Parts: sequence; C-alpha cells; structure tokens
Amino acid sequence: MTFPSFSGFGLGLRKPHYSDFLEGAVPVDFVEVISENFMIAGGRPRHILQRVRERHPVALHGVSMSLGSAQGLDPDYLARLRALVDAIDPLFVSDHLSWSRAPGFNSHDLLPLPYTTEALDLVCANLHRAQEALGRTMLVENPSSYITFAQSQMTEWEFLAQVTARTGCGLLLDVNNIHVSAVNHGFDPLDYIAGVPLDRVRQIHLAGHTQGENLLIDTHDRPVPPAVWALFARVMERVGPVAVMIERDDDIPPLSDLLAELDMARALALPKVAA
Amino acid sequence: MSLSALQQDFRDWLVTGSDEAQSRFSPDAAPGLLVYQNNYRCALMACLEESFAKTLAWIGPELFHAIAAAHIDARPPESWSLDHYAAYFPQALAQALPDDTEVGELAMLEQALTDAFVGPDGAALALGDVPQVDWDRAVLRWVPTARLLSLASNAPAIWSALAANREPPPRALLAEPVRVLVWRQEDIACFRALDPQEAEVAPTLLGGATFTAICARLVDAHGEAQGVQLAGAWLGRWVADGALAAL
Repeated sequence: MTFPSFSGFGLGLRKPHYSDFLEGAVPVDFVEVISENFMIAGGRPRHILQRVRERHPVALHGVSMSLGSAQGLDPDYLARLRALVDAIDPLFVSDHLSWSRAPGFNSHDLLPLPYTTEALDLVCANLHRAQEALGRTMLVENPSSYITFAQSQMTEWEFLAQVTARTGCGLLLDVNNIHVSAVNHGFDPLDYIAGVPLDRVRQIHLAGHTQGENLLIDTHDRPVPPAVWALFARVMERVGPVAVMIERDDDIPPLSDLLAELDMARALALPKVAA
Repeated sequence: MSLSALQQDFRDWLVTGSDEAQSRFSPDAAPGLLVYQNNYRCALMACLEESFAKTLAWIGPELFHAIAAAHIDARPPESWSLDHYAAYFPQALAQALPDDTEVGELAMLEQALTDAFVGPDGAALALGDVPQVDWDRAVLRWVPTARLLSLASNAPAIWSALAANREPPPRALLAEPVRVLVWRQEDIACFRALDPQEAEVAPTLLGGATFTAICARLVDAHGEAQGVQLAGAWLGRWVADGALAAL
C-alpha cells in the first residue's frame, strides 16, 4: 500500500463555508473533512460531500478511531469508515495517536498515551487492523497533550518513528500540536522535528491555540500564531511533497480570512519550491 | 500499571472528577487532568445544546444545563458517534420533568428530525409516476427515513413557533394523543400531525401495504364512498409530501 504523491494547500470543510465550496471556485488544492460527520446513512451532509468531491480531492480526517485503545478498535466504526472511503475515494485517511474508547465508554476527546513498548505494540496492532479493514495506508497525527506519564520509555517522536517503521503508515504532522506539547511539557520543538521521520509526512495541519491557566490548549479557534508559522517554515525545509492545510474548528471566520492564512503558508513554503 | 488499567483510571476520572480518581495519577498531572475533564464535559454539553436547540429555547438555559449536567453524570457516552449520545436525552428530560410532557416530546421530535436528516437515502414516488402504477398490486411504504411518533402534548406547535421565531403557544395536553409522521423530503427533514383516520393506516405503511388493502380497510371503517375518497385524498397528499417510497 502506498500514498499518492500530492503537494498542495487546502482547508477543512466547515458548515459556515458549505455554500462557498458549492457555489464558487474556492482556490484550494484539496479539502479535508471530519470523517465522523459523514459516516451517516445519507441526507444533505453526504450529498454536499459528494458535490465537493466532484470539485476537489478530499482527505478524510477522523477523531474517533481510538488507535491507542487497549480494548481494540470498534468493528462498526471501521465498517462505516470503509463505506465512506469507498464512496469518496479520499486523498488520505488519517486519525490521531490517542485513544478515546474504553469498555462501555467513549470520551469523544483525544486522550494521551504513555509511550511504552506495550502501547507501541498495541497501536501498531490496531493500526495494522485499521489499514487492513480500510484497504489503504493511513496517516497518523501527532496529538497535543496536557499530561505525560512517568512510565513512558521513549519520546513521542521516537514512538511515532517506531509506528511508521512497523506499520508503513504515513504521518499527518500537526505543527501547532508540536508547539503546544513542547510548551506544556518543556521539550524543544526542534528536537521533535529532528527526531520524527519527516520523510513519512504526507499532510500538515496548521492551527491556533489558547493560553490556559497553566497550559496551552489546542483550541483551533484563532489564527495560526507566529511561533507555529516559524516552526512550519523549519518543517517545510525538510519535507517532501506534502498537503498543507489550515485547521479551524471554532469561531470560524469568513473564508477569505482562512484563504489569507493559506497564502501565508504558500509564501513560507515558496523558498523550498523555488530552490 | 497496564495500559488497560491506566485507561480505566482515566475513564473514572473523566466520569466522576473525584479526588479518589485523581489520586491515581501523579500530583503534577492535576492541571492537565482538569483540561481533559473540561474538554470531555464541554463536548457532551455542546452535543446536547446543538441537538436540542429548540428544547433549550423552550425551557431556558439554566434548567436545560442542569438536566444536561445530571445526564452527563449519569450516562457516560458509549458510542463513537455523538449522534448516538443525543438519542438518550429526550428520555432524560421526560424523567426529570414528568409533569411537563411537552418538554420530553419536544426533544423527541427534535431527535426524530435529526435522525431523518441523516437517514438513508431513498427515492420518493413522484407525481409523474402515479399514472403508471398498477394500483391493484402496488405495495406502498413510507420512505426509509419515515418514523411515527405518538405525542400527547402540543410539542409540534411549540416546535413550529420556535422554528419561525414566533411566540410559542402555552404548553397544553391534547384531548387525544396525535400521531406525527417524521420524514425527509429531498434534503429537508419534515413532520406532520396525521388525521385520526389517517393515523390508523399510517403504521401499516412502515412495513408496506397494498393500496387495495388500505382501501379495503378504509371502506370497512367508513363505508365505500367515504373510504375510497379518503384513500385517494391521502394518496395524493403522501405523494405531494414526498413521503412514499418509489415503487
């Protein structure tokens, strides 16, 4: 299983911008949707996605696969995602290095993992199962996190390097998440991008965050801040063809604001292209 | 500690927020644990607010949030889909406000409309198809999104007023429960209170019924002239509503 070679700049498809994408020519190379919003039987959301797909490549980005669940993956979830994959023929299918599922429970949040050999074996087993069920290689996204575990035996970037090596998966590198976790846990984000296998990165997320009382919170409710742009520029010096997008989920501004941010991403990526 | 045990501890923290659950983690994890619990509760509250916007408007945010918070405490989510979490809330409202029948029923109607909105696609019988139908053999069914509710209050009238930004009527119990058909016409989720005689035959269309059988039932109940007239009138209405599945 391999990835398509794709390079471009895109946006997340969000309700306030549906009409923009359906009625006009939005200057993006791809769009990303939240998979779970479209893992439904039918109706307007699926019809809109089909019409958008006729105009743009679509990346499916999930939040509920629960790759790190000790309970394993939900077969109903995988079946529904496979049906959506078959209907949309997406550019990429991604989810997070996190867990949300426990027996009789689903947190609906991206919960952190201890980076242990036990967790590594489990994530790889779950990822193998998911890739087999979906018939394609997935991208795994680095999470933002608010706690660490004393029992961790490796760093997050070492863990991700092992996951990619053992499963063949690619990476969705969320630059904002690196920044948020670096500030929260006191590591150098440059160590992260030096240690994570950048040759496996196929997609990049850019987003904003909020300063909480003690921690940075990954809120996706404001523009990409300077520190994230700076880290993005460093990443772009070292990655191959990649799909870059602005991820905005709250306080969603007019589409023109997000397109302006996307122009910023293009400008920062340009020196690499020109070279 | 195994990963399974750690995840069970994390679940207990999110659900209870208790000191005991927090004590299973390192003391320096406390600020981060609070972030995760806030995210967990906010996601569920936002799901209920969005899914039951008209119920929220009807009873007001203070009462709505109090019942929702108790529901979140009592019923942690089980499914990967937040849509599934919303499905239990009408019952929670009905139990919390047993003397306010319209509240639970308003939420039930909102939930049924949401279900219809994202329900299975299925072509509807079009007016242009009607002349070609063999009415002696045709089996009529509702479209796949159709569902029948039985309501004892004026919740449909309250929903309609709130949707139109009009002053809703005072809550009231109906003299007799009313059957309400909920379905999706093209991309729009709709509902309609059925006439009492129409409500008698509507359930048969969930599993499918021949038009002949429907006519016979109405003729038995109302006599030949009125029975046939009712059958024809309702057939025209159902087709115009886009509520009958294509044959």
